[in-house]
Amino acid sequence: MSARGRSMRNRLLSRAVQIAFLLGLILLWYLATTQWGVSQLLLPNPVAVYHELMNVLSSGEFVPDLKVTLSELAIAFGISSVSGIAFGYLISRSHYLIRVFEPLLAGIYSIPIILFLPLYVLFLGLGPSSKIALGATISFFPIVLNTIAGFGYVDAIFIIAARSMGASDYQMFRYVLVPAALPVILTGLRVGFTVALLSILGSETIASLAGLGHRIVQLAEGMESARMFAYITFAVAIAAILNTAVSTLENRARRR
Amino acid sequence: MATDAVAISIRAVSHAFGEPGGPRYVRALLDTSLDIARGELLCLIGPSGCGKSTLLNIIGGLLPPATGTVQIGQTPVRGPLPREVSFVFQENALFPWCTVAENVTLGMVFQGVPKAEHAMRARKSLEAVGLAEFAQHYPSELSGGMRQRAALARALSLETGILLMDEPFGALDEQTRMILGEDLSVLLARTEKTIVFVTHSLGEAVFLADRVAVFSARPGTIKKMIAINEPHPRKPEFVTSDKFHSLRNELYTLLHDEIRKAVSQSAIAGTEAKA
Repeated sequence: MSARGRSMRNRLLSRAVQIAFLLGLILLWYLATTQWGVSQLLLPNPVAVYHELMNVLSSGEFVPDLKVTLSELAIAFGISSVSGIAFGYLISRSHYLIRVFEPLLAGIYSIPIILFLPLYVLFLGLGPSSKIALGATISFFPIVLNTIAGFGYVDAIFIIAARSMGASDYQMFRYVLVPAALPVILTGLRVGFTVALLSILGSETIASLAGLGHRIVQLAEGMESARMFAYITFAVAIAAILNTAVSTLENRARRR
Repeated sequence: MATDAVAISIRAVSHAFGEPGGPRYVRALLDTSLDIARGELLCLIGPSGCGKSTLLNIIGGLLPPATGTVQIGQTPVRGPLPREVSFVFQENALFPWCTVAENVTLGMVFQGVPKAEHAMRARKSLEAVGLAEFAQHYPSELSGGMRQRAALARALSLETGILLMDEPFGALDEQTRMILGEDLSVLLARTEKTIVFVTHSLGEAVFLADRVAVFSARPGTIKKMIAINEPHPRKPEFVTSDKFHSLRNELYTLLHDEIRKAVSQSAIAGTEAKA
């Protein structure tokens, strides 16, 4: 068998094991609810969850909440990526600024900013603004830090070589700095996107008026466990699709 | 030497790194003067840290000298002169995000070559170094020797009168180095280029150069100039000739004491740094 065929077979095999593992988890879940007497209130039957999910999807009931969550995510990510890249680039232009700001930003990034959610709610209210502001704040850090790393640590030999061949400032930026920094910045954008999504869904469950996170908590409080699990499944699927899409975009841009 | 026959004229150039009196102050180059003739291949050889790469960067306008002047033809060097001077660096100076062909083309974009000439000049220079078939490969897909050929093609496509090479084969194994040296000698015999070539290798210097400038230990200056009177392109048999050996031995004797000096300097610097 060719090396290519073998690696293909290995990939299929590990994919099969992954799927079997997930199916095994669902089977355990099913057995727990039907055979081992776990309360339906705590852990609803997977079949019931499936019916609820179908009902949620066919009724279109999820649309308003999904819209709220996605628009919060889009605005927050838009703010953090534009400001993160802009600040990161400006800081990366000076060794002094890198020395001052990189440890500072890395330090702030390491504290759990979600703890400031009450403050955001106090200032901006329970509506989408507080979720947007929190998501933008949290996702700003990986983006700005990676932008600094990308632009600030371009191998000096590339810059010297381009300068020796007469590159103008614009050409240096367009043909040397940007392509050299791009892979690192793209990683920052992917991480930023993921943490924005996490923090928005999370903060919706804590203090909000609408959104997928809000809906899930409402259902939990109303003891509608099966429907709550259906919404969790839905939110997980949305998150997985978005993260896969962003990773695919990242890889495509990187390969170029 | 008549002025129009001089391609590069170096007058009383000195350079130092760091603050005078500071702990990292290093006098790299001391009062060096030199004329390099048009079409000549000059090798700079000397112990590590003797300032030969510093001198090369000063000639190319990448580094302003502390004192002294450099002229390319009639033009004083005050910064890079991409139309007159091109570089081949030690390694990894190809842009890894560009294919070989794109690397060569980008050099021409930077230098300001009209777009209509890009494809033809890229093909010609890649053919000259034997890489035409690898134009669409990325540098990471090439061996170290092929990468240096590509870097040479990029420099050739710029069609400058002067080529500065900073240990271009320094990171390669001995065999690859030998082959590239032979090919370079053939290739350069066909051009009128003036070349300054920094190397650590005695054999490489004798094989390639018209003249070899032997540098003293730090602060470096030219200790002796040795002429290699052998026509280009040099044949592989030259390496086994008595003439080659006696020249190589002469270089070895000249360098040996300087390298000893340089090693004891760096040993002293090491103990100072620890103290």
